[in-house]
Amino acid sequence: MATIAAPTRMMGAPIKRREDPRLVQGLSHYVDDIKLVGTLHCAFLRSDYAHAAINSIDTSAAKDLDGVVTVITGEDLEGTVGGIPCGAEIPDLKVPEHPALAVGRVRFVGEPVAAVVATDAYIARDALDLIEVDYEELPAITDLDKAVEAGSPLIYDDFGDNIGFTMPLEAGDADEAFAEADHVVSQRFVNQRLVPNAMETRGVLAEYLPGEGTLTVWSSTQVPHILKTQLSLIVDVPEQKVRVIAPEVGGGFGSKLNVYPEEVVVSYLAIQLRKPVKWTEKRTENFTTTIHGRDQVNYVDVAVNNDGTITGIRAKILADLGASYQLLTPLIPTLTNLMIVGCYKIPNVQIELVGVLTNKMATDAYRGAGRPEATFIIERMVDLAAAAVGMDAKDIRFKNFPQPTEFPLEIPTGIIYDSGNYQESFNKALEIVDYDGLRAQQAQLREQGRYMGIGISTYAEICGMGPSIAMPAGGWESSTVRVEPTGKITVLTGVSPHGQGQETTFAQMIADEFGIDIDDVVVIHGDTGRQPYGIGTFGSRATAVGGTAMVIAAGEVKEKMAKFAAHLMEANTEDLVFEDGKISVEGSPDQAIDFAAIALEAHVAKNLPPDTTPGLEATHFFEPSNFTYPFGAHIAVIEVDADTGEIDIQRYVCVDDIGNIINPLIVAGQVHGGIAQGLGQALYEGAVYDDSGQLLTGSFMDYAVPKATQIPHFETDHTVTPSPVNPMGVKGVGEAGTIGSTPCMVNAVVDALSPFGVKDIEMPLTPNRVWQAIQDAKD
Amino acid sequence: MIPGSFEYFAPTALDEALSLLQEHGDDAKVLAGGHSLIPTMKLRLAEPAVIIDIGGIGSLKGISESDGNLVIGALTTHHELESSDLVQQKVPLLAETAAEIGDVQVRNKGTIGGSLAHADPAADWPATILALDADLQITGPNGERTVKATDFFQGLYETDLGDDEILTAIHVSIPDANTKGTYLKLHQVASGFALTGVAVVLTKSGDTCQSVAVGITGVSEAPYRASGVESGLTGSALSAENIAAAAERAVDGITALEDIHASEAYRQNLAKVYTRRAIEAAAS
Repeated sequence: MATIAAPTRMMGAPIKRREDPRLVQGLSHYVDDIKLVGTLHCAFLRSDYAHAAINSIDTSAAKDLDGVVTVITGEDLEGTVGGIPCGAEIPDLKVPEHPALAVGRVRFVGEPVAAVVATDAYIARDALDLIEVDYEELPAITDLDKAVEAGSPLIYDDFGDNIGFTMPLEAGDADEAFAEADHVVSQRFVNQRLVPNAMETRGVLAEYLPGEGTLTVWSSTQVPHILKTQLSLIVDVPEQKVRVIAPEVGGGFGSKLNVYPEEVVVSYLAIQLRKPVKWTEKRTENFTTTIHGRDQVNYVDVAVNNDGTITGIRAKILADLGASYQLLTPLIPTLTNLMIVGCYKIPNVQIELVGVLTNKMATDAYRGAGRPEATFIIERMVDLAAAAVGMDAKDIRFKNFPQPTEFPLEIPTGIIYDSGNYQESFNKALEIVDYDGLRAQQAQLREQGRYMGIGISTYAEICGMGPSIAMPAGGWESSTVRVEPTGKITVLTGVSPHGQGQETTFAQMIADEFGIDIDDVVVIHGDTGRQPYGIGTFGSRATAVGGTAMVIAAGEVKEKMAKFAAHLMEANTEDLVFEDGKISVEGSPDQAIDFAAIALEAHVAKNLPPDTTPGLEATHFFEPSNFTYPFGAHIAVIEVDADTGEIDIQRYVCVDDIGNIINPLIVAGQVHGGIAQGLGQALYEGAVYDDSGQLLTGSFMDYAVPKATQIPHFETDHTVTPSPVNPMGVKGVGEAGTIGSTPCMVNAVVDALSPFGVKDIEMPLTPNRVWQAIQDAKD
Repeated sequence: MIPGSFEYFAPTALDEALSLLQEHGDDAKVLAGGHSLIPTMKLRLAEPAVIIDIGGIGSLKGISESDGNLVIGALTTHHELESSDLVQQKVPLLAETAAEIGDVQVRNKGTIGGSLAHADPAADWPATILALDADLQITGPNGERTVKATDFFQGLYETDLGDDEILTAIHVSIPDANTKGTYLKLHQVASGFALTGVAVVLTKSGDTCQSVAVGITGVSEAPYRASGVESGLTGSALSAENIAAAAERAVDGITALEDIHASEAYRQNLAKVYTRRAIEAAAS
């Protein structure tokens, strides 16, 4: 086997993203930019009701409108088109039917009821107003606590209740730990529902060629291969004749890790009509009918002794699944179970997770996906425990960290943390922020009636997803590395980056491996017609898993190339060095051949080395042995204006440990974006449904995604504890910022208001809520 | 954006726009900067059959000084008011207010006249226009008339402007050297509109408040002058205690709005706190 190159020149270099010039100049192609001759346009009629029976649908007037090609409803798809898939396997999971278009009943506002195809998008939209649906409204369930009460109206009559599944998790002896603890601290948390809001909304373009029998689907997706397989099954086209292309994808954050009704319906319509059909999601549709994230209510207790040792955690987790399941809906909150002890040694755990059906859009993976919820629970509880025993928030964390020598560390929830040194990253963050100095400053300000807060969050999380045993569609990844006859290198990867920058970082690794210029490397992704099968980009997995597949494939190609070079130079392969676009014999630089010359030699194949075949290409499928577990520490310094509840963020320090770093600039971008999204949850964002199931925050006028002026300057740094799970020692960084930042900010604000006796404030911490918390504490 | 279909007119003279407005009546909507109308058309909350785009009418643009007044054409953009040297010299409060509106894109396209005519209860201009006691110049089929800002705003999205009239200019009298203005605002974090916006125009005589005008937006269904605050402070020494006591009257006789962004009690509190701070800033 080829050996893996040690990090050399490009590894660790903060080079700019090679993707960006085309993106910032508007030269790239998203789904909506792709124009096929004769394309028809699709629009969806969506339910205005959160819960209603459909008595009848009259599409005749819409069909009569000039320019309308067809109108279909759920009944037209029954028996011919499969339902929307859910990959979750959970014991006793109740799985509702999920037709692509509603049949007989609607269960959330925005659920697609009918689809119109017209010659242009305006006519399609006009026709929606001509469809008459006779609804009979039913009581809507939007509140998690009420949804699980006995006698609650049912969303699925035959389920008997609104509980999709329950998942208990027990380790150690929590009852004993709580019985013996010096203190038991209890708190209810609401981890509010969020709208992922990728900058590019979803879009689908499908073309069916009847002669060839091929279906090509362009979709703004994170998982083109999984989508290909699923579409093949759902619309019944043999898989080898389905090609899915994820062109430029403008962000996903998990929201495009899915198979959506619109992808199914547009594909079906293209097959039926034998013409290209396109649908571009409107922002309002994106708010109501692209998956949401989070939405849990947590009832949590921790057992803590006077010395700060946390001996147990109990939690009842109500997780809002929404009205139907998307690809991974019920699985997401199970990650909350796994991560509930965070970065602490807490031996006794007792969790009851309840997945709850409500009349809302399905929840699913959103940046962090289950881990931010766990981190929020444990990081808030650790602060509350510290307050209960009169300890500083810093000291209680050190008290409960595992020692660096204990890794790999099996935690009570059954997973094995690969590597860690939580003390080092936390110490570094404390030092950067001057923690002790800040506490002194805080004491002074309090005497002046000013409310400065210092918030800490130390986190560990799950990345590099993951071993196939733990992943519904497998957790491996693939890559093909090909040296072209001219010496250029083409990398095909099964991952599907949409903002993460692997066209740059992967090329950096390949440039190092082969000793060639990075501009001679191209990384191609997101087209099932070009790449070997892959899984996709999510769960901070692309580099740890996909990058490893690529590095191993590259090693195989390099080994073969070395045989050609050794043959021509009459040298030994082990003496060869790949450097500066040449392959040379170590120690005798005169003995060298251009990289491109060897590439050509291997393809013209006139002078093959013994036992060597022509060509320079290798494909590797990599199965990871474990997840990776990044960690780190966030510290926020804020001041609250007690008169108005406004929060001024003064400093934000983040020290991550994500293993080895390929490109610090891209890492910084991921961390910045992640923290911004985490602070978005803490301070600004929240999808609010009213009691009748209407989404009140259905546009950017009411749903606040943080703007550049609303986030602080970030002071970021790193410690490096390589992962033993992959040869590069990388862990993953896509979600870390989001996971650590949300509880950090809430801890900071609660710390600021501790003189009032405020113990918790529900997110988002709007000025109104902060002010109200102060008023309530005063009363 | 996929609005309903509409007929589009782009008159280049005010007369032409007025006669189009008369001809099409209720079917027509006047389009200025488009920052209120177009979002509602995009969502098909508004489906006007006729759009009269007044953006090409040159006489409605620009800022000039005349007889101790600033005359601001209705089509003047927020950005033009924010960056105008004349405005910054003569009535800096206008520039200060403009800078608090929306974001750069909104300020580049949105107009003062459009904002006033639309009368969103959380728009910024009404507070300042009220505090400056501006005159609004309106043209209709019967010619020109002028209305005081205090008479212009009548309720939620309701103004004195007739269906067949167009707001053409805003006249602001240039304050003397003893008069200072301030606009303070808490932004609704998503939209950028005012959860509360308080504009104060204060004239000092030594350390005494000779006169004060307080315009408040975002708090009630319509922007208003906080007359209790004004009468409470006029003639009084500008001490912290007097200012605080007067500011307590910021919502006297007012029903505060309540929505998902702010409760009634919080808006009442904001109005008082921001009024106090705005007066303090103007008095300093």
